[in-house]
Amino acid sequence: MTERFDAIVVGAGHNGLVCAALLAKAGKKVLVLEARDEVGGAAVTRPFADGFSVSAGAHLLHQLQPKVMKALGVTVPLTNERLSTVALSGSGEHLFIDDHSVAGASDKDAEAFTEFMGWSDTFARFLNRQLMKPPPRLGSGQRKDTIRLARLGLDLRMLGRADMRDFLQLIGQNIYDELDARFDSELLKGAIALDAVTGTHTGPRSPGSLVTWLYRLCTGGHVSQPAGGLGAVSKALADRAEALGVTIQTGVPVDRIVVDNGRVVGVDTAEGRVSSWKVISNADPKTTVFGLVGARHFESTFVRRVHHLRSKGNVAKLHLGLDALPDVAGLRPEDYGGRFLLAPSADAVERAFNPAKYGRCSSKPVFEVCFPSVSDDSCAPAGKHVLSALVQFAPYDHEGGWTDVARADFLDGSVAALDEAMPGLRERILHSELRTPVDLEAEFGVSGGHWHHGELGLDQFMFVRPVAGAAQYRMPLDGLYLCGAGTHPGGGVTGAPGYNAAQVILERERSR
Amino acid sequence: MTEVHQGRLQTPFYSRFRAVDTLNEWHTWNGYTVCNSPYCADLEYFAIRNATAVFDLSPMNKYRITGPDAGAYLDRLVTRSVSVLRPGRVGYSVWCDHDGKVIDDGTIFHLSEGDYRLCAAGRHAAWFADAAIGFDVEIDDETADVAALAVQGPTSWSVLTRAGFEGLESLKPFGLIYTELRGRPVMVSRTGFTGDLGYELWMSPEDAGAIWDRIFEAGELTGIRAIGTDALELSRIEAGYLAPGLEFLPADETVRSGRSRSPFELGLDWLVDFTKPNFNGRRALAEEQRRGSTWRLVRLDIDGNKPAHNAYIFPRESRNKSDVGFVTSAAWSPVCKKNVALGTVRQPHGLPGETLWVEIYYQREMHWQRKMARATVVEGPFWAPDRRRLTPPSPY
Amino acid sequence: MKRYDVVVVGAGHNGLTTAAFLAKAGLDVVCVEKNDYIGGAAVSLELHKDWIYSNCSYVCSLLRPEIFRALELHKHGLQITPYGGSLTFMQNGDYFGSYHDPEVKYREMSRFSRRDADAYKHYAADTQRQCRFIRDFLLTTPPDPTSFHPRDIAGLLDIGKRFADMGEDRMYETLRFWTMSVADYLNEYFETDVIKAALSGSGIIGTALGIHSPGTAYVLLHHYMGDVDGNVGAWGFARGGMGAVSNAIAGAFQAHGGELRTESGVGHIRVRDGKIAGVALENGDEIDADVVVSAMDVKRTFLDCMDESDLPAHFVRKVREFKIRGSSGKLNIALDGLPEFPALPKGSTLYHSDMHFIDSMQRMERAYDDWKDGTWSQDPYIDMVIPTMNDPTMAPPGKHFMSCFVQYCPYEIDGRAWTDEERQQFADTVIDQIANYSPNFKDLILHYEIRTPADIESQIGITEGNIFHGELTMDQLLFNRPVPGYAQYRAPVDGLYMCGSSTHPGGGVMAAPGANAAREILKDLKYANTVPENFGDD
Repeated sequence: MTERFDAIVVGAGHNGLVCAALLAKAGKKVLVLEARDEVGGAAVTRPFADGFSVSAGAHLLHQLQPKVMKALGVTVPLTNERLSTVALSGSGEHLFIDDHSVAGASDKDAEAFTEFMGWSDTFARFLNRQLMKPPPRLGSGQRKDTIRLARLGLDLRMLGRADMRDFLQLIGQNIYDELDARFDSELLKGAIALDAVTGTHTGPRSPGSLVTWLYRLCTGGHVSQPAGGLGAVSKALADRAEALGVTIQTGVPVDRIVVDNGRVVGVDTAEGRVSSWKVISNADPKTTVFGLVGARHFESTFVRRVHHLRSKGNVAKLHLGLDALPDVAGLRPEDYGGRFLLAPSADAVERAFNPAKYGRCSSKPVFEVCFPSVSDDSCAPAGKHVLSALVQFAPYDHEGGWTDVARADFLDGSVAALDEAMPGLRERILHSELRTPVDLEAEFGVSGGHWHHGELGLDQFMFVRPVAGAAQYRMPLDGLYLCGAGTHPGGGVTGAPGYNAAQVILERERSR
Repeated sequence: MTEVHQGRLQTPFYSRFRAVDTLNEWHTWNGYTVCNSPYCADLEYFAIRNATAVFDLSPMNKYRITGPDAGAYLDRLVTRSVSVLRPGRVGYSVWCDHDGKVIDDGTIFHLSEGDYRLCAAGRHAAWFADAAIGFDVEIDDETADVAALAVQGPTSWSVLTRAGFEGLESLKPFGLIYTELRGRPVMVSRTGFTGDLGYELWMSPEDAGAIWDRIFEAGELTGIRAIGTDALELSRIEAGYLAPGLEFLPADETVRSGRSRSPFELGLDWLVDFTKPNFNGRRALAEEQRRGSTWRLVRLDIDGNKPAHNAYIFPRESRNKSDVGFVTSAAWSPVCKKNVALGTVRQPHGLPGETLWVEIYYQREMHWQRKMARATVVEGPFWAPDRRRLTPPSPY
Repeated sequence: MKRYDVVVVGAGHNGLTTAAFLAKAGLDVVCVEKNDYIGGAAVSLELHKDWIYSNCSYVCSLLRPEIFRALELHKHGLQITPYGGSLTFMQNGDYFGSYHDPEVKYREMSRFSRRDADAYKHYAADTQRQCRFIRDFLLTTPPDPTSFHPRDIAGLLDIGKRFADMGEDRMYETLRFWTMSVADYLNEYFETDVIKAALSGSGIIGTALGIHSPGTAYVLLHHYMGDVDGNVGAWGFARGGMGAVSNAIAGAFQAHGGELRTESGVGHIRVRDGKIAGVALENGDEIDADVVVSAMDVKRTFLDCMDESDLPAHFVRKVREFKIRGSSGKLNIALDGLPEFPALPKGSTLYHSDMHFIDSMQRMERAYDDWKDGTWSQDPYIDMVIPTMNDPTMAPPGKHFMSCFVQYCPYEIDGRAWTDEERQQFADTVIDQIANYSPNFKDLILHYEIRTPADIESQIGITEGNIFHGELTMDQLLFNRPVPGYAQYRAPVDGLYMCGSSTHPGGGVMAAPGANAAREILKDLKYANTVPENFGDD
């Protein structure tokens, strides 16, 4: 291959595709290289047993940024536009949560919930405005950073005095205390607490968990399910990218990103070298720095920071092929199309988190569960069903490693806990697959198997994401960019990192 | 349980030094007790310039760097090119943080292919380990495992040869050889901190005493002297070498902004090699080269004979709005008969030939006096005799 | 009946500091205290004949030297003696000592890891940088970021400028430092578990968070930013116990004409027509004044001593949500002699140091899990000192007083009050942990005092016995402390002020909240300022 590209995107995850498509739309000649045989990264649908398929990474759409989709003119067909959320109760007194209202709770809690969601929305909207642009550098002395900072300050002021005060306080708070002050229902607190910490290595009592809650709500808090699973989102993006002229090659792993005389000059693949002055890595920061480029091409301080990036996943994925849907007391047939939260209380979520601090799995895990087959019959044989669950907490650094015994134990424990909440489930299981963070790492090439490519903590957020001094998608190596979830604002199928990265790259081109 | 040793450590030469010491003036260097001056700093100094002076270097921090990536690792660590440093050669260099500010300086000994020793005044195990992330390299702190002795002065070659060291006649400056003395292995490098002819001897601590004894036996009739840090410091200033803690502060230990210095600001441009692959500080230094530096190290030849200790430096003799820098080391040079100093000044000041003024305070019989003295910026070391380079050195 | 210019409620060190500066400015001030002794939690009590107990706070470093100097506390008997080092006993029979001498300290660290010993200087420099940043703000009133008042804007610009002065890279490090957990912070420097465990204690003392909780790195500063004679980070003992601090400030207050009334607990803070009218004491007496300053924590001040109707509803809600959790207890022990620690050589200087018995990060964090579960830590983090090693006047010759600060210890057990049996079990937990390392320790115990958070609350009055009058988490610091919009020492009633540790910069025997409050009051009353500025760069 001697062809030269304006930019090469390494990895066809959804962010890589978004970035590539936006660059192509601006007239750039872009090549996307994907190691696996299909596009999508962790937003992918694949079979896990004969006739059963599932979204193997993320399983629901939470925060897909409308601005990104609009910029590309992509629409994702949804089988279910707004999933309702059911907080499952052992006693059958479930809570049915829908946007800003909750059914099944006391009047007081119901009222408090509506108020809480309104309150959360204010700040989630504010937050979202910051997510869809690159974070300004601090103290760079450059005009554009000063303007961006001033805008951020102004935006904060525009919240009004009371909300601004609340915001400056809430960023350091935890979700646990906030819920405790507002609600009586343990089940309701458990459901919200779980949503707040899903995908992170934090418990609801950890300061900062209120911000991760807002992050989850940043595009309005709706949860939807695409037709054909999450892979369909990636596919739609890939189709659009190709239509815009992007060359996408799957099954072509990049061996390394080639550096010559202090700048990136292209990539090496098994088929040879492809040249480009710009390489945009959709891989996580650690994989990019240590695996693709090599530490020696960076400053030791930067390498040390990337080395210390907290990026160990704590969520396992459980896929079950079911003979039939479980029969849970208190649920109507249409409820099975929704999303289930299995977290009896905020304390239960915190207690589930405790062992994870010491490299052990939760003895009583908490779950987000859905049955994608209810609204999408393509993922299971007729009459059969698929259960897809996020199981927390399952630390990447499992004490003693993720041995077969450790896996079997955790699978048993998880199935037992599910069976308790959904009696009769166990007998209906035809196939099961447990994907620990170690498996997710191997399958998706994400170092640590972390959803967000890097813990979503305040010390790794915005100005310092992924690491201090490299938060503007440009890495401290000429020609190297990052566009994955490890960059601002973080993970989830949002498209925001890819979008922002493309803005930065195009902005730099214009200023030349 | 016994407690970790509470006192200062003793170097392998401690007993020998104690034996020749008459003043009992000692201080701490890297946790070891070392002699300020065994009998008279002024006279010890002349051993460096006239005969042979022996200084105990053992407390110097020594790091052994081995492994397949050792060379590449060092090339990324320091500013100069290590790949051109052949086995048997020694290179002086500095290493910087990512802002291009100097953390420390030191000498890299390429002992044999892929086997290096790095000697530095400061302790850097943590920085070196951090810099090793992503390299297949092993770094061992061998400070306590290697005894080191500096043998410096115009007659040092003769004394060492007389003591029984072989092969020194062809050892060029910044070269090293492995040799032995009566069956005791010694690595000899032609390096030093005095700006004169001289050697540094590296050996096992067990052999230290015997080797010392043999050298002193050989030099007994030719004015060999054990010297302390005070005399060495004077020769260091004459030679124009930098001392960490004085001419620069380790960048990784500064708390306040703007207190560290880049290699350019220390006059070490020749050590920064932009043609080699990436090294720590490269981007920042390239940027600094483009934009210009803030500070400049100056060597000052000062009128009069009052050493300009801690003096402020001014652009004019009077009516100054503010100072432009300050003196970091000062001395009356006995060998040059000059009042010399090293200092740091704000650019654009400090180009060779510029006349600056220093405000000297000195005390005479309790009373303090103040004096503005003219200071001329000079280029290069104050003292650099040809004999330091001559190979083979001239015998006496 | 006599009318005063100012009534200060609570004769703790902060209340006394405010009172002293106000009296020094010429105001007629009375300071009322519920107990029959003064000092609040900075107190020395003779609880066992001839043994003086610093039974609450026990060491001193944060006390601002500016205040010491301005109030001439040396004339009123205060003497601070530095002490050095700390010690962590390990389960394998070894120990990790932190010595006063930097070389010995280095050598001891090298015993575990040469790399860690070298990394310590990076850790120290980086932490010191954060201390320098925050120290500049200790004796200032936090600006309100939502205000357009020139003074607030100037204050914000000042913070912004000092922040920017650090340089781009260090600004990012600062943002991270303020939001990190102490465990993550230490992991970036050190590899040795016991070294990290030993250093992490400072991140959770007095705090209802674990070492893995974000925000705890900042708490480190409350143990590093103090100094004794310019030796930043050093700790000292007040000669005669911590009561000497309060007594000296009280001495200064009285020397400036102030009046001190003990056994005069305030039952109610009186408001008339939206303005402060004075206070009503529990004994029925009333004291009239236009200005009332509360040194009590915010919950006690506003929820216990005031009518909710006198306060804005939003403010009351925020005060209710203010986090002030009981997370630590104490055990004060009178000893018949010096306990032996076989791990230590006889005569080791470490007998003078802070001693600890938790040697791993995991044990540190587990101690917090117990607290979350509503009980005291079964394997607690104990910060133990024997002050009589440095100040022999606190016990008869040859005898010793031992102060054990215990983390974690909840205010309530599982949501209900402590039983006597549980208090005893708590004490036994502490004694057993120490006895594991000192075989003759139990035999030497002559007397001890158990202090659960509930005990501290009932005796001193601090809600939940929280030593900082409120958690030192990001949401309760600077302009958020105690309540956003009310961080400038003024309560939402005309003439009512707050000067306790619930206000900026928080707890520790610093006296800074008291001094800052005095400055604001003097400004409002248009009196000349008597409160010193900070010494600046050091």
